[in-house]
Amino acid sequence: MVNQVIEGAGSATRVEVALPHPTVSRSARIERLLESERLLAFVLLAPTVVLLGVFIAYPFVMGVWLALSSTSVGNIGKFVGLHNFVKAWNDSIFQTTIRNTFFYTFWATLFKLSLGMWLALLLNRHFRGKRLVRASMLLPFIIPTVLSTFAWRWMFDPTFSVLNWLLYRTGAITVKLPFLSDGTYALWCAIVVNTWRGMPFFAITLLAGLQTVSPDLHEAASLDGANGWQRFWHVTWPLLKPVTIVVVVFSIIQTFSDFQLIYVLTGGGPANSTHLLATYAYQIGVMAGLLGEGAAISLFMFPVLFIVVWIQLRYLRRLEGA
Amino acid sequence: MIERRWKKWVFFYIPLTLFIIGTLFPFYWMAITAFRPDAELYRSWRAANNTPFWTLQPTLDHVKDLLAKTSFPRWLWNTFFIAVASTTISLFCGLLAGYALARLKFPMAGALGTGIFVTYLVPPTLLFIPLADIIRNFQLGNTPWALILTYPTFLVPFCTWLLMGYFKTIPKELEECARIDGATRFGAMLRIIFPIAVPGILSAGIFAFTLSWNEFIYALIFLSSPERKTVPVGVVSELIRGDIYFWGQLMAGALLGSVPVALVYSFFVEYYVTGLTGSVKG
Repeated sequence: MVNQVIEGAGSATRVEVALPHPTVSRSARIERLLESERLLAFVLLAPTVVLLGVFIAYPFVMGVWLALSSTSVGNIGKFVGLHNFVKAWNDSIFQTTIRNTFFYTFWATLFKLSLGMWLALLLNRHFRGKRLVRASMLLPFIIPTVLSTFAWRWMFDPTFSVLNWLLYRTGAITVKLPFLSDGTYALWCAIVVNTWRGMPFFAITLLAGLQTVSPDLHEAASLDGANGWQRFWHVTWPLLKPVTIVVVVFSIIQTFSDFQLIYVLTGGGPANSTHLLATYAYQIGVMAGLLGEGAAISLFMFPVLFIVVWIQLRYLRRLEGA
Repeated sequence: MIERRWKKWVFFYIPLTLFIIGTLFPFYWMAITAFRPDAELYRSWRAANNTPFWTLQPTLDHVKDLLAKTSFPRWLWNTFFIAVASTTISLFCGLLAGYALARLKFPMAGALGTGIFVTYLVPPTLLFIPLADIIRNFQLGNTPWALILTYPTFLVPFCTWLLMGYFKTIPKELEECARIDGATRFGAMLRIIFPIAVPGILSAGIFAFTLSWNEFIYALIFLSSPERKTVPVGVVSELIRGDIYFWGQLMAGALLGSVPVALVYSFFVEYYVTGLTGSVKG
């Protein structure tokens, strides 16, 4: 006999009725099976695990295999050991690429953090139109990177650059700056654009962190005679540190693996001087069709990402433990 | 008093104004270029009568050319369709997985949670070469499904993470009450918890939508025919002919390609910000 619970309409009393038929609808039977916590968890997690397994874990394993093989487009390669890694390591463009990637990540993250912190502190004050300003500040982060980077590329145009016009008119320069036609300039331009795009992410997440800092603490510190900088350093910063670390980790991962910004702004040029690991892997693996070598180059990202993620996990564990 | 006002200008108004100008100027420049006639666009930068910051003869030529002579409307539709489809799949997976990780006790729960978090941190640029091979083997190359199925690789971990956090804030008692009233575990999840989680679902959805609209490298590699492309890829690969940049058209494309996502954002700013700040909370 199956007991089914029927709720009386309009009353809170429950009546238990013994149904004459032992058959229940199929969906009800499935729901009953799912009363087991393990089974339900299995069913709920299955789509995610399958999807991530097929499109992340499997490609990862295949990427390692490709990197160890001489595969190219239309040619199933054979196992060549670490040949691709060694070849890349001895390639002078690759060496520049590695240097660029660290340089780009370091400076862009530093600028994003300091400017983002500054903007968050400004936005944490009360002023008219604050919501509008905050919403518009996030625009660079919302607008597709490729599209906004095109606007920057046009602003850095060798002949018609508005920035050159501005600097010339204000008397800061007498000759045009070679924004994208000189390797060193071009990498700094990319850092500027990356900072412009990523800074709002820092500002808004840090602002959310700032808003959890109680004003009473600041008041108490003021009464004790602390000045603005001391209040920031001794009251705000310790409370903001956890969220800052997480944001910095996210940003390092994204900046280190950046592709679209360089692809649009410089395409790795002039003369391969501004490649990052991702753009160089694209050039070798997709444009030149050398899948094995390309996969090896993108796998050079892995150790750095691994260390960063490991630090992040350790840090989260410690927070949970505390 | 005067000194205080002076200080407020130096430490607050001036820096904030500079931040606003710096943030918004590229968009202003994008817009003004889109409506500026070619004759004015390509005028020497030292010309005496150069007025770069506004235009006296605004024109719709670039927009018209873009809509009539390229597949731009098609790209917009593709991008929209792919973004909505991959967001829906990701929300579905994220909701179920987030609930399981937040509420259910089962062996390996911790390891699975960590595993999903780690995939959250895997950047698409690490795996695009083997993934392109897999897409080819699955016969998905040059179809929207190549993107609809791969975008969830970076959206699902994010949605799971965000919704798991959201579920943890919903008191367990609500479910327990429903179960005492005879609801099954599955029923309580579906009819009690999911409706309460709607704000969280909306945050995750908006954020996932903007992320898929922004995606570039997979779309660049997996799609080849011009009419299948998304806006970012179409603008890059079809609006530059040879080495010649048609800046008017390019900026018109950038502007129109940004409008839909900016509109969605402006309607749901608060949800977006919740998604953004939630995305980095442990």
